[in-house]
Amino acid sequence: MDDLTDVYNELIMEHSMNSYNKKRLENADFSEIGHNPNCGDEITLEIKMNGDIIEDMAFTGHGCAISQASTSIMIDTLKGKTIKDAQEIVKTFIEMIKRETLGEEELEKLEDAIAFKNVSNMPARVKCALLAWHTIEAILNKS
Amino acid sequence: MEIKEIKKDFPILNNEKIVYLDSGATTQKPVQVIQAVEEFYKKYNANPHRGAYTLSMEATEIYENTRNKISKFINARYSEEIIFSKNATESLNLIAYSYGMDNLKKDDEVVISIMEHHSNLVPWQKICKSTESNLKYMYLNENFEISKEEIEKKITDKTKIVGITYVSNVLGTINKVEEIIKYAHKKGAIVILDASQSIPHLKLDVQKLDADFVVFSGHKMLAPFGIGIMYGKKEILNKMSPFLMGGDMIEYVYEQETTFAPLPNKFEAGTQNVEAVVGLGTAIDYINNLGYDKIQEIEKEIINYARQELSKLDYLTLYMPKNQENHSSVISFNIKGVHPHDVASILDSKGICIRSGNHCAQPLMRFLGIDSTCRASFYFYNTKEDVDKLVEGLKSAYNMFKKYIK
Repeated sequence: MDDLTDVYNELIMEHSMNSYNKKRLENADFSEIGHNPNCGDEITLEIKMNGDIIEDMAFTGHGCAISQASTSIMIDTLKGKTIKDAQEIVKTFIEMIKRETLGEEELEKLEDAIAFKNVSNMPARVKCALLAWHTIEAILNKS
Repeated sequence: MEIKEIKKDFPILNNEKIVYLDSGATTQKPVQVIQAVEEFYKKYNANPHRGAYTLSMEATEIYENTRNKISKFINARYSEEIIFSKNATESLNLIAYSYGMDNLKKDDEVVISIMEHHSNLVPWQKICKSTESNLKYMYLNENFEISKEEIEKKITDKTKIVGITYVSNVLGTINKVEEIIKYAHKKGAIVILDASQSIPHLKLDVQKLDADFVVFSGHKMLAPFGIGIMYGKKEILNKMSPFLMGGDMIEYVYEQETTFAPLPNKFEAGTQNVEAVVGLGTAIDYINNLGYDKIQEIEKEIINYARQELSKLDYLTLYMPKNQENHSSVISFNIKGVHPHDVASILDSKGICIRSGNHCAQPLMRFLGIDSTCRASFYFYNTKEDVDKLVEGLKSAYNMFKKYIK
């Protein structure tokens, strides 16, 4: 890609450098570590459930702007959703990054997370964008 | 020869959009090496040591002549002290399994430096666990160097093996390996020298250094992938058992027993990567023709310029030895508050190739209190303009991030 301002846009930068979702959660029901051994990025996702609704979520850890922003924006997107809806959204996000789904109607349900669409043009960074989403996928499949 | 002329030998570098600053990972290949590999397949391809026909004899001759050439190149006493492997990692595993496993006893000590590449570290964890010996580390002072005191504190009468990299692949520090080898020998330990990051840049004389084992990879010194060298002193190699078993490393094979071939074949099981051996021979010719003096002259100018220019950017943290005399062609840095992968992506969008990550040196990263760095590494085909482009790229990366940096 020639111009990276599409990727490093205002929304992604804000979430990556100063995320309000980056904190510990009291009384979390689930906690899961996501790790990219090749680059060392590591996040811990914590979730509080209310029935089958994701009531609250937060993360700690370290990594590049894309992995950190992707985690934070994922939290905004999935908070308040049912497990079933969340699973759908996670699936769509992963498909978008892997360039399997690019239909606009499909992508609308991603809300702000659609900002990562251009990462699909950066093969070296795909795993950064997907770290949090694969991590929550593991939690949702368990719960 | 001027650098512009040198660059013409490297097809990838003729693409003006590419600024290649990752020679520490692998060097670009000159057209001479690429042609030598092609010529081998067109004129001499056969399996060495196998056939009684002329073509196989010729392939054997090329293969063994290259062994002689490497032997002279590093000033080994005997050519059978040169063993072909897949890469430095395989060479180190060979030493760990064939020498370490058989010679270490409970409570013996293996001493390595905290700046070792995982390849000279992880095998020792395994061997030390199996033999109940202890793995100890030499740490760095504030100049990113191993002090004399640290060497003499860590290498003791219990030390049986010392593993040390000649040049750090992260910091560019040139270690005082002659001093380490002397002291280790005084304490009765053998020394394994990882020359992967030094041999592209610095002349290696194994007899002068008196190293017991030396390893390096071909692809970091202009040669193809898939070829590495393990040098070992003949008297030590003769006592060692083989590492990989199979064809060409045997003498007599019975149903239950086997006797092994003499050096060097004992350590070269199976058909070898002959095309890469040929390429390595040509790479050595290239380095010899240019000369280590010239290589040093070019590189000193580049690295000193890079040190100077990068030091001007106050938002960078630099990880490099203070003394420029001890600094080879690798420089690590971070833009404060920005992750190295983001920096690398932004540089990549401008055609600048740097490495970002932990550089297969996680314990070193932990010792430095960081997760990763950006790393630019240079070779004789790099120019001051390449450094200028790096600096410009870093400025624009910083500008993209600065208003968000906490």
